[in-house]
Amino acid sequence: MTRTSPLLRWTCSAAVALAALAVVRGAQAEPPAVVAITAHRFEFSPAEVTLERGQPVVLRLTSLDVTHGFYSKQLGIDEIIEHGKVLEVPLTPAEAGRFTVICDHFCGAGHGNMKMVIVVK
Amino acid sequence: MAIDRRDFLRITGLSLGAGALYRVAPALAGEGAPGDVRRGQALANGEAVTPFSFVQLSDTHVGFSGPPNPTGAAAFERAVAMVNALSPRPDLILFTGDLTHDSETPGEPAARMRRFKEIAARLQVTKQHAVPGEHDAGLDGGALFREFFGETSSAFDHKGVHFIGLDNVSRARPEVGPAQLAWLKQDLARFPRTAPIVLFTHRPLFDLKPEWEWFTRDGDAVMKLLEPYENVTVLYGHIHREDVHQVGPVRHLAARSLVFAFPDPVLVADKKPIPFNAEHPFRNLGLRVVRAGPGKAPQPAALSIDEVELTMREHSGTEGFAQLLRPTSL
Repeated sequence: MTRTSPLLRWTCSAAVALAALAVVRGAQAEPPAVVAITAHRFEFSPAEVTLERGQPVVLRLTSLDVTHGFYSKQLGIDEIIEHGKVLEVPLTPAEAGRFTVICDHFCGAGHGNMKMVIVVK
Repeated sequence: MAIDRRDFLRITGLSLGAGALYRVAPALAGEGAPGDVRRGQALANGEAVTPFSFVQLSDTHVGFSGPPNPTGAAAFERAVAMVNALSPRPDLILFTGDLTHDSETPGEPAARMRRFKEIAARLQVTKQHAVPGEHDAGLDGGALFREFFGETSSAFDHKGVHFIGLDNVSRARPEVGPAQLAWLKQDLARFPRTAPIVLFTHRPLFDLKPEWEWFTRDGDAVMKLLEPYENVTVLYGHIHREDVHQVGPVRHLAARSLVFAFPDPVLVADKKPIPFNAEHPFRNLGLRVVRAGPGKAPQPAALSIDEVELTMREHSGTEGFAQLLRPTSL
């Protein structure tokens, strides 16, 4: 019969706990991919991005000139991009498809056609 | 024939005093309840419904010039001439936004609004009301519009019909906003549920095509406030094409533009104006006349609406234009 000292048991427990924490941290250490999108009158750049269904990403939104909107009812996105600020929007697309995102903050004469497409595969 | 309060008011409300009013009127001449109802409605609404007609003009975009329409304000000017030729002459004109096309050249937005007013002043109808479109008010919160036309939202009564002009553009986003919703709630509070109401605004108050920005973010909240009312018609512009949409008892009617037309979003993927046709420069453009005259069976209790398309034989000619009337009873 093997006896385990209390110190050893504590040490083992601590090691298991640390290992578990390391696993958790390891999982967290893989941040979602960042997709940079730039808004400027009257375009988004890029005009199309492709994402994986169920795969979390962060949309990093910036404006080069004025305030723009970033709106897609289908994707549940409803943001304002202010010039001079960086806006990060987490997104985990639930369904595949082509989704149009529009600027819904009036930005000038060409505003009505300012849009981009998010393709989810 | 027994006429209860609800039936009487529904008829006059839906028809704006059209055929149904003629049917009911003889009963009103008698003694008893109908006369009381009429007086009651007049008391509640400020005045009883009496026949009249009005015209909706939309999306004139004064200042615009480009491939979809190189004729500028010509269609607007033609429409003014047509309205002045109407008989009987309408009582009032409603402009449902985008009176001007926006410009960031200093002084140019004001010049375009002056130009709009010059053309509108030729209308031989002095009672004119306008709400802004995003091209009028989206960049400055409606400040310049207010200088030229007064408040961006307003309400008034005309011959027993309550008109509400709602601004869903000057907050830059397609929305009405909480302050205006509170104002609308207060404005509606004095009316009975049978009051005839015409609400005019720029963008659709329902999700017609959000991907083309054809919606109002808080349109549902507006319609919730109007839900108790039985006789509501919503007139709007923005989409540069005719559209009829019925939600419960409420009809939403979009008017044609007076600068260029957009295609049916059900048929095409991209939001691009219908290309200019030099042989038919005003095809798909037009105006709406809402008549208070006698309606047609089998819908005597319906708005009588003429959709008018402008056509011109030659793009630059002065020989005039033909007026194609396409009557619809909606």
